[in-house]
Amino acid sequence: MSSASQAMPKKKNLLPKMAMAGPVSLWMILFVTIPLMYIIFISFMSRGVFGDVLYKPTTESYTTILDPTYFKVIVKSLQAAGITTLLCILIGYPFAYIIARKPKDVAAKMITLLMIPFWTNSLMRLNAWLLLFQTSGPVNNFLVNFGFVDKPIGFIYTDELVMIGLITNMLPFAVLPLYSTIEKLEKSLLEASADLGADAKTTFMKVTLPITFPGIFSAIILVFIPSLGIYTVTDMLGGGKVMYIGNIIKNQFGAIRNWPLGAALSVLLIVITMLLIFIYTRFAKIEDMEVV
Amino acid sequence: MNNSIITLEGVVKRFGSNVVVKNLNLEVAQGEFLTLLGPSGCGKTTTLRMIAGFEEASEGTIKVEGERVEDKEPFQRNVNTVFQNYALFPHMTVFNNIAYGLTIKKVPKAEINERVTEMLRMVQMEPYAKRKPDELSGGQKQRVAIARALVNRPKVLLLDEPLGALDLKLRKQMQIELKRLQKKLGITFIYVTHDQEEALTMSDRIAVMHDGILEQLDSPTEIYEHPKTRFVAGFIGESNIFDGKVVAKEGDVLTVETAEGNLQVIGPDFAVGEEMHVSIRPEYLEVSTSPVAGFTLEGKIKDFIYQGSVVKTAVDLNGGMEVKYSRFEQDNSVSEGEKVYVCWKPEKAVAIKKFDQGAV
Repeated sequence: MSSASQAMPKKKNLLPKMAMAGPVSLWMILFVTIPLMYIIFISFMSRGVFGDVLYKPTTESYTTILDPTYFKVIVKSLQAAGITTLLCILIGYPFAYIIARKPKDVAAKMITLLMIPFWTNSLMRLNAWLLLFQTSGPVNNFLVNFGFVDKPIGFIYTDELVMIGLITNMLPFAVLPLYSTIEKLEKSLLEASADLGADAKTTFMKVTLPITFPGIFSAIILVFIPSLGIYTVTDMLGGGKVMYIGNIIKNQFGAIRNWPLGAALSVLLIVITMLLIFIYTRFAKIEDMEVV
Repeated sequence: MNNSIITLEGVVKRFGSNVVVKNLNLEVAQGEFLTLLGPSGCGKTTTLRMIAGFEEASEGTIKVEGERVEDKEPFQRNVNTVFQNYALFPHMTVFNNIAYGLTIKKVPKAEINERVTEMLRMVQMEPYAKRKPDELSGGQKQRVAIARALVNRPKVLLLDEPLGALDLKLRKQMQIELKRLQKKLGITFIYVTHDQEEALTMSDRIAVMHDGILEQLDSPTEIYEHPKTRFVAGFIGESNIFDGKVVAKEGDVLTVETAEGNLQVIGPDFAVGEEMHVSIRPEYLEVSTSPVAGFTLEGKIKDFIYQGSVVKTAVDLNGGMEVKYSRFEQDNSVSEGEKVYVCWKPEKAVAIKKFDQGAV
């Protein structure tokens, strides 16, 4: 068998491979590579007076990004995404740890409970937050009626509510990769550490944390990148007052119609993302890459 | 025992309504190689884990060097464990794995270096110091696991079926190495295994456990030659065991009536009418083509089983029981299907008291 196939000319073997990889490659080229190239291309073009793209090369869009107004938003977005990521991991790690230590059937139920809001339409969820926290919403009613505050608090359209929205939106992305690495952590390793004289804290720092590090890094990637670009949460819970990089991009392509600037900002996002993934592949071994 | 290093008194372990260890009393002497032997689920690993501190005893006291340790965490006990699956830290090199315990205890760096290197040399793993556990074979992992425990100079080393995952040849080799290591270091080893051959090879004393009960605690020779319970007789080595009742006693020679017929055994402590068990090893069982005085065991030769060093012959007794005897070469005096009389020298059989359920 093997000698026969070896004797066959190479070109013939290529056909089934082409048949299998071809459609996907075509799809990727048509809908990922070409649009991406186009984005990069127009980011170096200039804007017409009526919001059209003038095919006149310039780096103006990139210098605009460095303008303090935009630069501040970029820094603020990075900050918000960073804090979201940090909080998601701080909340998600103990949560994932608890689930991972439960019997399999209980763990499956807990994961399902986590996933139900995740499967719910995000607009519905965001509206629910608004309803809960609006001036005449149940939270304010409760606080006022029980005398905790004199008048309703303006929860909505603030950075804080946006943050809460981001965290609740992103938490499953942190919990799932953390759970999958913590679940694989053998109990006997923790026992071995205790046996060799380490208390619970030392065991956590020296054994649990380093072994589950790939999970933490997956969680960082999976939370940080989407929260950097997301604009629905900021739009709805921020009421247009809270501006992150995602909102700016959306506005450049929409209301403001400055496609080159929007494209340049998109390229910046892509570069940041690629940088993170590059660091990730450097840090974690390839076989540990378990992006859910 | 004056020099006992570990003492278990009335230790009971329950998981829910399930009693895994029932009233265990055990003393382990300084420098001794003691094996906890029994089938899976007999409570041997649980006993070891209670000594290590991973499980809490439901009742009773556990002492290490005369000091009670029930309330101490594993990291506060001066014992170390070699785990069944080695439990090496996958993110550390061999060197760092071995150094782990010393680093935790904040031993000076130069001393850590010296002690770890010495350990690496002792287990012949020096060239692998910089490797990660993933890059080692099973036997090498085992050596690292042993070195990681021993570098802490524990009073007692607990080993939980440490050779279970190795192939037969390597296991035999490691058995001898472990035994030599233990003799050289003079550290007390408590060794858990279900492999009776391993227990016989390595141990100073064997504690045979069954259903959470310590059946017998004795030297390997005593365990093999003079099993005290029916379970021990059956579990250690191969044995033919008869259940019966004493019907006559002349001097120390008992005549026992069983479902298969009458047989003889030496038993000074038995009285006429007492129920008992008789165990006879295959190497001592004999067959004859004519009836033998004192024995009325009759049967037919079933088949010959070639096992390399010995050839076993199976005999179907008329009562339905199958007995086996072994010889170095095939027994040509009989042939398959031939009618034979089974007998033995009464002093070669072991008389075993009927296990009194109430005594526990």
